[in-house]
Amino acid sequence: MVLIDDRELEVLINEVFEYYGFDFSGYSRASLKRRVDRLLHLDGFRNFTELLSKVRSEPAYFKHMVEEITVNVTEMFRDPLFYNVLRTEILPIIGTKPFIRIWHAGCSTGEEVYSMAILLKELNLLHKSLLYATDINALVLDVAKKGIFPLQMMKQYSENYMASGGKKDFSHYYTANYGFAKFDSELSEKMVFSQHNLVSDGSFNEFDLILCRNVLIYFDKDLQDKALVLFDDSLAKLGYLALGTKETIKFSPLQNSFKQHNKEKIWKKVQ
Amino acid sequence: MEKSPIISGCKVVIIGGSAGSLDVLLKLLPRLTVATFAIVLVVHRKSSEDSTLEELIAIKTSIPVKEVEDKIALLPGNIYIAPSDYHLLFEKNDQLSLDTSEKVNYSRPSIDVSFESAADVYGPALVAVLLSGANADGTQGLQAIKAAGGIVVVQDPETAEMPFMPRNAIENLTADYILGINDLYEFISTINI
Repeated sequence: MVLIDDRELEVLINEVFEYYGFDFSGYSRASLKRRVDRLLHLDGFRNFTELLSKVRSEPAYFKHMVEEITVNVTEMFRDPLFYNVLRTEILPIIGTKPFIRIWHAGCSTGEEVYSMAILLKELNLLHKSLLYATDINALVLDVAKKGIFPLQMMKQYSENYMASGGKKDFSHYYTANYGFAKFDSELSEKMVFSQHNLVSDGSFNEFDLILCRNVLIYFDKDLQDKALVLFDDSLAKLGYLALGTKETIKFSPLQNSFKQHNKEKIWKKVQ
Repeated sequence: MEKSPIISGCKVVIIGGSAGSLDVLLKLLPRLTVATFAIVLVVHRKSSEDSTLEELIAIKTSIPVKEVEDKIALLPGNIYIAPSDYHLLFEKNDQLSLDTSEKVNYSRPSIDVSFESAADVYGPALVAVLLSGANADGTQGLQAIKAAGGIVVVQDPETAEMPFMPRNAIENLTADYILGINDLYEFISTINI
C-alpha cells in the first residue's frame, strides 16, 4: 500500500492552496494523512506524484478529493442522551422566542438536521424554526437536501430515537421504498442548505443554537479556536453552542464568556 | 521468558485488545505502580457504552487514568483509553486526536488505526502489545510498528481467552516477544529501567 510521508502531505496542502485557494493547513495532520492515504488506495495511485499531478490538472478531481478526505460519517440521534437534553432542557428555553434559528455547521449528509427537525416538531416548535445546514462538501449537501437515507439504518435510528426520549413510532416520519427511507417533506421545509467553509467563510446570520459535533476534531488547536470565535460571532446572547462528546471550549478564547450546561457538551453564551 | 529485554527510550506503550483482553488488563495494570512512559489502551467496546471502562480501570490502578478528549497532551506516567465510537490518533506535537471516520475491521476504535498512527509518530520509541481477541484487528498495525522500528509484543495465544487475534498477528509477522500474562507484567515493568 502506498503511504505518503510528512513532507509530501505539506506539499499537497501548499499546492491545493495555491491552485484552488482551499486551506487545509489548519487540519489535524494525523487524520488528514490517513484520509490522503485512503484516497491513494481507493483511487489506485501508484505514488504521490501521480496524485499531485491529477489534483493540479483536474479541478473535478480536486473536488472529488475534498469530498473524500473530509469525513462524512454521521447518524440520526447519535448520542441519544445529548438529544434528550436538547429535548427536555435546551429547546424548551429557546422555544420561548418568537422565532428560532439553528445552525448545523458541518452537517454532512444531514442526519442530525432531520433529527433536530423531529425534536422541534414534537415540541410544536418546527413551524417557527429555521434550520441552516452547511458543509464544505457540496456532494453531501445534495444527499441532505433529499432526506433519503438507507432503510437498513432505520432500526438503529429508531432505537436511538427512543433512547433520546422519543415516544412515537419512528417509521411514522418516513416512507420506505426500494431500500431507502424518505423523510417527510414537512421536516425539510424548514431547512436551508448551503456550502460553507469554516476555515475561510465568515458569519452569515445570528443563531439561537449552533451545533458543530465531531467536526472540530479534524482541526488543529489554532483552527479550532478560530472556528469557535466564528461561532461566538454567530450566536445571539444567551444562545447555545453544542459540540461532540469529546470536544471542549476549555482553553479556548470562549471559555470565559460561555457557561457549560451541567456536564453536557453544551455551552450558553452569557456575555 | 527466554531473554531478558532491555528497552530504553520508550515514550509510549500501546496495548490493543478485544474479547478476553479486559481480564488481562485487570491482572496487569494493578501491579504496575509507576510508568516512565504513557500507556495507551485501545480496546474494542460497545459504542453505546460511555465511561464504564475508564472507571473500571481507574479503580484498579494507582497510575492516573486521564479522560481522553480531542487534542489533549499525551504525557508520561498516565493511562489513556481510546473512547468508544472514536478512532484514536497521535499528533507529532504529542497531542491525541479523535476521528469518527468509517469503522476499520468492524471496529471504532480500531487497533490498526491507532497502532499505525502511533508508529508514524513514535517509531522506535514505541512498544506495542496485542492481547486476546476474536478478530484480525491489530496485525496490520503491528506490521507498521515493526517497520518503524518499534517493539512488538503479542500475548501467547495459549494464554488468551480468544486466541484468534494474537495468533493472526504471529502468523503474519515476527513478534519480538510472545508472552503469557505474568511475563507480560515482568516485561512492561522493566521498560526504561
